[in-house]
Amino acid sequence: MSFRIMPKAAVPDWITWLRSRYRVVGPRQLKDQFVFDEINSPDELSLDYPTSILPPKKYLLPPTEELFQFTTKGMHTKASLEPRPTVIMGVHTCDMHAIQLLDRVHNTGYADQHYQARRQNTYLVSIECLNPCTEHSFCKDMGTLSVPENFDLHLTDLGDEYGVDIGSEKGEELLRGFASVWDPTEEDYRHVNQVMAEKWPRFSYRFNFDVTELPDLLALSTKSSYWNELGDLCLGCGMCTKVCPTCYCFNVKDEVDLSLTEGHRVRIWDSCQVDEFALVAGGHNFRSTRALRQRHRFFRKGKYQLEAYGLIGCVGCGRCAAACLVHITPVKTFNELYRRHKQGEAVEAQS
Amino acid sequence: MTTLLKETLDSQSIYMPTPARIVDTVELTDLEKVFKLKLPSGFELNHRPGQFVQISVLGIGEAPISICSSPSRSTGGTFEICVRRVGNVTNAMHALKPGALIGVRGPFGRGFPIERFRGKDILFVPGGLGLAPLRSLINEVLDERGKYGRIIILYGSRSPKDLLFQAELKEWQRRADIECHVTVDRPDENWTGNVGVITTLFPKVTIHPRNMVSVVVGPPVMYRYVLMELLGKGIAEGNIWFSFERRMKCGVGKCGHCQMHHIYTCQEGPAFSYAEIKHLEEAL
Repeated sequence: MSFRIMPKAAVPDWITWLRSRYRVVGPRQLKDQFVFDEINSPDELSLDYPTSILPPKKYLLPPTEELFQFTTKGMHTKASLEPRPTVIMGVHTCDMHAIQLLDRVHNTGYADQHYQARRQNTYLVSIECLNPCTEHSFCKDMGTLSVPENFDLHLTDLGDEYGVDIGSEKGEELLRGFASVWDPTEEDYRHVNQVMAEKWPRFSYRFNFDVTELPDLLALSTKSSYWNELGDLCLGCGMCTKVCPTCYCFNVKDEVDLSLTEGHRVRIWDSCQVDEFALVAGGHNFRSTRALRQRHRFFRKGKYQLEAYGLIGCVGCGRCAAACLVHITPVKTFNELYRRHKQGEAVEAQS
Repeated sequence: MTTLLKETLDSQSIYMPTPARIVDTVELTDLEKVFKLKLPSGFELNHRPGQFVQISVLGIGEAPISICSSPSRSTGGTFEICVRRVGNVTNAMHALKPGALIGVRGPFGRGFPIERFRGKDILFVPGGLGLAPLRSLINEVLDERGKYGRIIILYGSRSPKDLLFQAELKEWQRRADIECHVTVDRPDENWTGNVGVITTLFPKVTIHPRNMVSVVVGPPVMYRYVLMELLGKGIAEGNIWFSFERRMKCGVGKCGHCQMHHIYTCQEGPAFSYAEIKHLEEAL
């Protein structure tokens, strides 16, 4: 929509000003890592953070979310919808792409009103990634190194100031009445272009093939023996899905008070890596091995979600790679499938 | 897609169940019970055969259950579900008496495309509890018997005491316009019928594949064997229909449990033709 400049020195005042109107959450240091948490004073906010343990997804899909309250007698129910206006500061572009997918999923078919209520009351302030964040990320491969159109405000670090892209009416709202932003000069535009141009070479490709080939590569790898090798390694702990910004599967549970008369139904994060995920009442498990469950996860990220929702299911944040206790990573997995596929082709050509 | 219960649509949350009253229960076997439910609002369920509902016992949880009454016989806001006592929710349901309230969401999923079955011979192959969802379709077809060709029912069960809907089964066997054969895996001393797995019934009927639709519902292990029979008889892949059982927590394509390949069974199924799913890993 439009572009403004905000000096970094004004950010604390802006945060304080926002806090008087909204809940403000953002990256905050916790020992030697970073977490998204409520920002209670401006100095807690670390906009220049590498990555966070959990993605900001938790504000749209909390780990445990109340769906409704009920009384067991008479079956009275009351929907629980969270409309608390929240500004999420400093969202990296990979996580913005993840939110784009979550929006698509929860608005397709039967809309999920709980997600919608949170989402409509969420203000997304994203930030341009100018340097690779960790050894595990592969955003350049996944095409998530630039921000999608879903931001309300998008910040670009220009040294002493931030370039502020205003992406929506909600973004305008976050700046309305705040004096310390101004229109950019020609020099500012030149500076932004220079900063952006300098960033791309700092990121490298880590796949040995182009991402557009990934769905086909997976289709050709359905029966690969590599899944069994991953299955032998995998501990089935589900950490990869817990830290994933695009995982949204859930289980549903009833919790009741001691009198057994009142309670609430909650949904809690679930994981397709857990053995009972596809188990039915009759005892049949549709993905009975870790190999099948790992394959399901990687297919979901690289193929299924693209086919179902038109957006690829992995955003290259690298969190699952960092979290995996046995070092299963998307980059290694996809490259190995590609190597075996190429090798298979070579063998075929020789025979 | 048929529409959901008006109450579900009106609700602030797609996950909130609508109260329904249990008006009658019938014990079919040690494990299975039929519940006749009535929506107090009087709204019709308006389901299609093959669809399912999510049933809640508040404080215990929710489970997907297929609707076993046909739309033509589900009037005045009533419908029936056949429930096997196998988990927390279903055990809690079995303890409920007529008059009690129970939560309903739905009807969900895509049922069988009954309008495409008209004029054709229909071969129903229910195995075990698979008769529950198929009963909805069978009765819908029988209520308009003239619109269809031959009706063949091949029903397999573990033992005679596990046979479901025995009164209806007797009626189907008695009728001249239905070819109904029953087999059990383990006979008791009074059993005089066929013994063996469900595929042992196939030699008992002649099949003209050109004009035949087959609908198969049973435990996952049964599908491959029955499929081989049907394909061997020359029935077209698009005319072989299944209903898929999957773990389901939401019914609205969100919770991820029922996903096979890029398909959410609760949305695009649970009824699928073989032609639709034959390329999908994990389908059969």
